[in-house]
Amino acid sequence: MQQANRLRPFFENITFDRDDNELILNFGPQHPSAHGQLRLMLHLQQEQITKAHPDIGYLHRGMEKMAENMIYNEFMPTTDRMDYIASSSNNYGFALAVEELIGLDVPRRAKVIRMMLLETNRLMSHLFWLATTALDIGAMTVFLFAFREREYLMDLIEDYCGARLTHAAIRIGGVPLDLPDNFIADLRKFLDKLPENIKDYEDLLDTNRIWLMRMENVGVISKEMALSWGCSGVMLRASGVEWDIRKEEPYELYDEVEFNVPVSDKGDNYARYKLYMAEMRESAKILYQVIDMYEGTGPELMAHAPQYISAPKIDIMTQNYSLMQHFVLVTQGMRPPVGEVYVATESPKGELGYYINSQGGAYPYRLKLRAPSFWHTGILTDLLPGHYIPDVVSIIGTTNIVFGEVDR
Amino acid sequence: MRAYTPKDDVQKKPYYTDRYWVAPQVAKSDVSADAVFAADLEAIKAKFEVLDAYIQVKQMVVVINAANNFGVIELMKNELEYNQLSELSAIDWLAQEGKFEIFYQMLSMSKRKRIRVKCKIDEKESIQSLSSLFRSADWSEREMYDMFGVVVNNHPFMKRILMPDDWEGFPLRKTYPLQGDEFAQWYEVDKIFGKEAREIIGPENRDSARVDRYDTERFSRLGHEVPRGADISQGEPDTPLCYQENEGVFLIQKFDAEKSVVISDRDR
Repeated sequence: MQQANRLRPFFENITFDRDDNELILNFGPQHPSAHGQLRLMLHLQQEQITKAHPDIGYLHRGMEKMAENMIYNEFMPTTDRMDYIASSSNNYGFALAVEELIGLDVPRRAKVIRMMLLETNRLMSHLFWLATTALDIGAMTVFLFAFREREYLMDLIEDYCGARLTHAAIRIGGVPLDLPDNFIADLRKFLDKLPENIKDYEDLLDTNRIWLMRMENVGVISKEMALSWGCSGVMLRASGVEWDIRKEEPYELYDEVEFNVPVSDKGDNYARYKLYMAEMRESAKILYQVIDMYEGTGPELMAHAPQYISAPKIDIMTQNYSLMQHFVLVTQGMRPPVGEVYVATESPKGELGYYINSQGGAYPYRLKLRAPSFWHTGILTDLLPGHYIPDVVSIIGTTNIVFGEVDR
Repeated sequence: MRAYTPKDDVQKKPYYTDRYWVAPQVAKSDVSADAVFAADLEAIKAKFEVLDAYIQVKQMVVVINAANNFGVIELMKNELEYNQLSELSAIDWLAQEGKFEIFYQMLSMSKRKRIRVKCKIDEKESIQSLSSLFRSADWSEREMYDMFGVVVNNHPFMKRILMPDDWEGFPLRKTYPLQGDEFAQWYEVDKIFGKEAREIIGPENRDSARVDRYDTERFSRLGHEVPRGADISQGEPDTPLCYQENEGVFLIQKFDAEKSVVISDRDR
């Protein structure tokens, strides 16, 4: 019952079980700065977070289940829907895993084109990251600048494969198409301008007072914490672990190109921001080298393995046996050997791994997608307590999580 | 009768399999081929029973007893420098042997090596949590529980992670159909409108490929456009799916060759 002499709020139908200041704030799943369908249950003491409980699954489509009911080639466009900001890197991870499983050797031109796609995707992803994070912090100009450059890259990808977001531009055994005529010239034009663009972003942000206040010493991840939580990519390198799968376990042509792996030991938001900027420069460096490699390659684009990979179109149209083979591969699907494989690649978000268990059938027996963002979301449980509400936005921003791959 | 389909594995089957086809194997090599792996395996063998070990596609696979999972991973973390647990999940072998296979994908950054530790547990058996060794196991184990129903002991927060808390069934089991089971098709109807609305709304159709050719509300008919919501069935009745054992399909029970007529005139 209400006591008239005490100044306490009185609500007719609500009884408070707890008599403390704790407030539980439901952040998301439709919050614009939650970068997708993230729901956070935040326990607050005033503005400070005491407990954070990320809740995911709002974008769960059951990709692993779908993979078990699809032939291998059929699954390729589904991988696009994981990290839809850089979908070619998902395509590539899957293609590489299947290639390792069946032991394929991919022609050099296909490798070069794949490298171009991968690094272009990395640039797209990093630009998108910069744009959205800056927007979350309130830097509208950076958002517009970065989207302008990303638009150019999307057009470039569109020239290559016809799609802007969900590329499906890589096939098991190679790539489907050769580069269009203007591709290299356009890419070079973009790369020549990129240092200027990055300088523009940095001029706006690096010493910006608001940016520094929101970024410096916020969201500090220690080295032990990053390793324990299975962090990878920039999240790991910002915490002082020098580990880039492109460098340590080189795949494709990464052992033939020169590039640096930027590392920081600060572990805060600002360190991650600096690493993203540095990685963009490294990607540009790789792209310049890959452009030069393209000239000396032969015309083959797909591996020659009639049992697994369809013959080139010209053979299918002219040779009966290739047509039969193609028909079987399209209708029944390839049947990789019995065995299992785990292949990790360095996607723009971190370690993207595909575990495939094949029982010799046309459908994978089990396919596990190891998406980096899953753990980068999990770490919020330990990372957020102690921070304040506005920090949540900047921390989610710099973890660079994409819910397509968190929920899969 | 319809052909019998096994109920312990309802996943899609290839429509044709050559019965003389023998699937090749991905090559397995002996652990002694790699000095680093051999040393690691010796260290594990010294303390725990190793059922099998080999190298496949550049990574060592170590099969252990499920009871030793915590001990082996602890040893690998503390003594063998495997500092990250990249991935952990289960594989459903219930139809074949009534067991789940659980794999732990370990990464050593100093040695640049990856090891997959595997063990098998029975369907009702539970397994020890690794979340006190690696925080990443926290969410992975929850996902494994959510998808397979493998219960993990000593886990700080053993709850579903991707599916709703009140979900029934474990989606990644082979017995679970791709488009969801009976529970799944009523879940949202019950949640949003209540059980009493089932009659009015009907089950949720979870087949994303289903097309209703008379539905002009939701399906466009390219090249044959009609006003939205128009009835285009022209009085044609529905042809529901029916099976002959329910006497739904006309079938010749007895064939009498004497009484049958051979039609010779094709134009008739």
